[in-house]
Parts: sequence; structure tokens; C-alpha cells
Amino acid sequence: MSVLEQAAAHPDGWETYGDEQKERVGFFTDTSVCIGCKACEVACKDWNLIPEDGRVWTGESYDHTSQLGANTWRHVAFVEQRKPLLTKGTDRAELGVDAGGDGGTGLRWLMESDVCKHCTHAACLDVCPTGSLFRTEFGTVVVQQDICNGCGYCVPACPFGVLDKRHLEATTDPPPAFLGRKEDGRVWKCTLCYDRLKGGHEPACAKACPTKSIQFGPLEELRERADARLAKLDAEGWNGARLYGRDPDDGVGGFGAFFLLLDEPEVYGLPPDPVVTTRDLPEMWGNMLAAAGTLLAGVAALTLLGGRR
Amino acid sequence: MSERLQPLSSLDGKPPGTTSWDGSITEAGTEMRSYYGRPIIKEPTWTWEIPTYFFTGGLAGASAVLSSAARVTGNDTLARRALYVGAVADLVSPLLLISDLGRPERFHHMLRVVKVTSPMNLGSWVLLVSGGASTTAAALQLLGKWKPLRIAASALAALAGPPLATYTGVLIADTAVPVWHEGRHELPWIFGASAVASAGAAASIVVPPENAGPARRIAVAGVLAEGALMQAMELRLGKVGEVYHEGEAGKLSRAAKGLAVAGAALLARRGRKSRTSAVLAGALVCAGELCLRWSVFKAGFQSARDPKYVVESQRERIAQDGTKATTRPGDSPASPSRGA
Repeated sequence: MSVLEQAAAHPDGWETYGDEQKERVGFFTDTSVCIGCKACEVACKDWNLIPEDGRVWTGESYDHTSQLGANTWRHVAFVEQRKPLLTKGTDRAELGVDAGGDGGTGLRWLMESDVCKHCTHAACLDVCPTGSLFRTEFGTVVVQQDICNGCGYCVPACPFGVLDKRHLEATTDPPPAFLGRKEDGRVWKCTLCYDRLKGGHEPACAKACPTKSIQFGPLEELRERADARLAKLDAEGWNGARLYGRDPDDGVGGFGAFFLLLDEPEVYGLPPDPVVTTRDLPEMWGNMLAAAGTLLAGVAALTLLGGRR
Repeated sequence: MSERLQPLSSLDGKPPGTTSWDGSITEAGTEMRSYYGRPIIKEPTWTWEIPTYFFTGGLAGASAVLSSAARVTGNDTLARRALYVGAVADLVSPLLLISDLGRPERFHHMLRVVKVTSPMNLGSWVLLVSGGASTTAAALQLLGKWKPLRIAASALAALAGPPLATYTGVLIADTAVPVWHEGRHELPWIFGASAVASAGAAASIVVPPENAGPARRIAVAGVLAEGALMQAMELRLGKVGEVYHEGEAGKLSRAAKGLAVAGAALLARRGRKSRTSAVLAGALVCAGELCLRWSVFKAGFQSARDPKYVVESQRERIAQDGTKATTRPGDSPASPSRGA
């Protein structure tokens, strides 16, 4: 068994901290109580000094940020559906919920605050050629901005499309003048507020969330809380409730930031079965070595076994 | 796609794009569900330098092998000129890669670690060894000095060449892009075959026909192998592979086949007799190989852009193997102690 296939129990690299290792922390984002206020988006931008990257009217419900990227580290998705909030057969009166829970409109409005998943097996971290992306003592994944050289490998490696290169003018640490480039050129993403964690504070988004849709804490505790929440929503007959990224046996070894969703992941723009691409890397290196050997043998044979003409 | 904005006035009181008040907006008008048709994964940020490097890196790697093999047979003209071709390609390659970086002045950060989980990191080391060896050998050849060192450098370049020509296939396969990742079995082979074809073609241009027999043979063999491997990959890819027939990737893929096959046929028929034909044929094959790299490159962008490729390939996997990514009520939750 290769290093890459080892049991999903621990984030790669986390155990190397020794005495400095801290309890693994993360987010549990419970979308059933999200009210779409975007306080998390604002708090994140403000605390992390993320530059403004243009304002567009998308016509996509209340969503004007559209996706995670270099300049959006929390993104609230809004989905309008003609689906009942509660499944049939639930005694709603008994639960004190109005008929259908939709105010008689027949619509339900799903909101989900998306964020970097801080995967247990993180493809971005694996493929980063400079070691800029690293595993912190809290088990989270962070880009070191003084190391990143903007190669962009992590961008298509992430199964969630979280990371992106910042093309805006650099606000800190600008490129040297002789290059004649002004754009930042580095890759940025959620740090799970590494600076705040170091100071003993919770991340800005969780701090700002008024409904506790974003819960921060030790991952183990969050998983237990999520299991209890799912059981409660199921008992109340919520339509489509499920946890996403809670299971340490999934394709990325479980998310450090996982979710309670009310529909399939793809409805929120999330992949239904994300897999860390480096899981297949030992096999790929094998293919490459076979191909390289064949190339060497083939060219040698065609050169040696045949005339000069 | 709903990314295109519509002026409010044209909506006539109705919601835009894929929105529909009559059903789930994410279901309206599409066979699959997505978030307003937006991509799930990000397109690469790589620009023109990268597919061009795939070509020059492959050319450098396979030329080094051709040069050393020719030296063994005593074909010094071919050995010398293939060595020069490889060295020039090896010199251009890092410039292309550095130019693509968001922070070019930090290019040397690639070499601050050795990391087997990063094909780009190992590739940087291979390029350093290959480039250092082939340029050293070429310089000594030009100067006519230190023959033992030149031979050692040539041999090192010939050993670093095959990994240099094939690792780029692993580099793109080791991403979340469906058409690249699902093509992981064939991509290193395809890139290797393409490298061989371009090295043979380039040598056919710069070497007189009476010394270029091996170059012509490997050019034709490379084109044939690459055509068969592309077919095999498309068979395996199924629906995910349809991007090779659509848009820019489709055009480039057709151009690649046409140019390479025409060049190989001309090289095989008239390359031995006519220098003019050999030069033309070599140019056609090189152009074809450049188009091939570009078509693979563009196919990845098209595959990343449309969420259906991500969702459908993962849904297919779920149908076969199930998924642990979602936990439904009643699923036995994984034991809590298994986590952090």
C-alpha cells in the first residue's frame, strides 16, 4: 500500500507537528438554518483584506458572487425550487410548522454558504510544486503567499473549484518593477482564518453568522453535532436532508469543512463524488515509466536496426 | 449559459436564463442539475506557453535519445544535429514555463522541495537535469572539446529525455479535469509518441536524407502510434471524450491528424529521395504534433467548463460503486473515532 492509499484517518502532514500539533478544527455549515444574509461573505472579505473584484447583476436569485475564487472565500448559493420543504406524511401541525413550510407559495429557497473544504487528502496540497500549500497544525490547508509562484497547478487539481489565481493588481508584496507586471499572479483561497486560530479566535465567517448556520469547532465534535442535527431534521420530515463530506471514507478522506444539504450536491454547484486526483498517481507514475521505457527502447531499436538511409 | 447578462428591460417581467418559476430553476431546460450551468471545477489558468512547452519538452527529450542512438551507430551527422535540436528545445522550455508563472521571479521556488506527489515539481527537476546535460553536450560538441564529458552529458540527456517527454501526460492527468484524469492511462503514452514523431520530423528537416533514415523511421512510427493511442483513449473516455470532437479542441484534433498523417506519408514516400520533400514533410509533422498538444490542452478547458462532464462521470461512478460523500438519514454514520 502506498503512502497515498493509507487509511483515511488523518490529514496528510498533520501528524508531523509533534508537540505543536493542535486539535483538528473545521466548519459544519448547516444550510437548513441559512437565511442568505451574506454576513459570512462580508466578514471574510473584511477580515482577510480581499480586494473588490467587480459587481455584476447575474439574475441568479440573490447570488451576485456566483462562485468561490481568488477573491471570494465564502460564497452563498441561492437556489429557488418548486419542491416542498417537508415530505408528505409529516404531521406538520404537531410540529408547529405551517403547511409545507413555504408560506403557501409552493417554493422553497435553498441557501448554502460554500467554502474551502480543507480536505483530509487535499489535491491542491499534493500537487503544489513549491510547497507553498501546506497543512497547518490545526489540520487545515493554507497557501503561503511568500512562496506561491503562481504556477496554477492547484487550480484544476481541486475537485471543488475552490482555488484561483488573482489577476487584480497586487495590494501587498507586488511583483518587481522590471517585469512590468502589476497583477498579483498568486493563488488565493480560504485559510480558515489561520491568523485568528493562532490567536485563539474563531474564523470571521463563523463569528459573523447570525443563525449558527456556520459552526466552527473541533471536527470530531462537529461531526457528532451534525449527526444529531440530521436525525432531528429527518424526524421532522425535511425534504432531502443529507450530510455532505462528513464521512472520513469518502474520496477525499472527509472534509474539514462539511455541510448539511437539502438536495443533491450538484444543485448547489458541488461535485456529487469528489475524489483526490493523487489517489491514482502511483498508477499514473507506473504508466509514465512504462511509456518512457518504451520510448527509449523504440527509438533505440528503430535507429540501430536499420540503415542510415 | 446564464453567465451572460441580460438587460433588465429585455426580461419582460420574467426571470432570465435558466430560471423558471414553474419548477426547480436548476432543473429547467437541462437534462442534468447544476448551479445555473456554472462550472464545478476551475479551468486551468495556464496560457499558450504550456501547450507549446509540451511540444518543446517532448522534442527535447526524444531528440536526446535519437542523438545518442545515432552516435552508437556511428551516424555522427544525425547525432550532432539532433543534439543541437534537443539543446535548443531544452533552452526554450524553461523560458516558456517561467513566462507562464503568475510570479516569474519566483521560478526557483520550484526547486526548493522534492515532492513525488507533484508531477510539476518532479518535472522541473527532470527538465533541469535534461536541459543542463543536453546544453552542456551541445556546447562541448560545438567547441570540439572534452570528449569524455560530452559523451557523459549526452548519455545523461538521453536518460532524462524519456521521462521529460512523458511526465507532462501525468501532469495534466493528475487534475480533477474529467477528460484529462480519465485519460490517465493513455496520456503519457500519447505524449511520448508525439515527442518521438516531432523529434524524428525535426531531424528530417535539418539532416540530409542520406543520414536521416532513423529520423524518418521514428517520425512515421510516432505518428502511427499516437493515432492508435488517441483512438484507444477516446474509446475508453466515452462521453467524456466528446470534447475532442467539439469546439477548438475538435478543430485542433482534426488538424493534428491531417497534418501529421500527410507529413508522415510524404516522409515515407519521398523523404529519402528529395531533401525538399523531407523538409516539407518534417514541417507538416511538427505542425501536427503542436496541434495535438494544443487539442489536448483545449479539451481540458472545455471539459472543466461544462459541469455535465464532472457530474455525469461522478454519477456513473456512484451508480457502480456508491458514494460516501453524502450521508442520508438512516445511513450508518462512520464511527466517530475514525475522523480527526
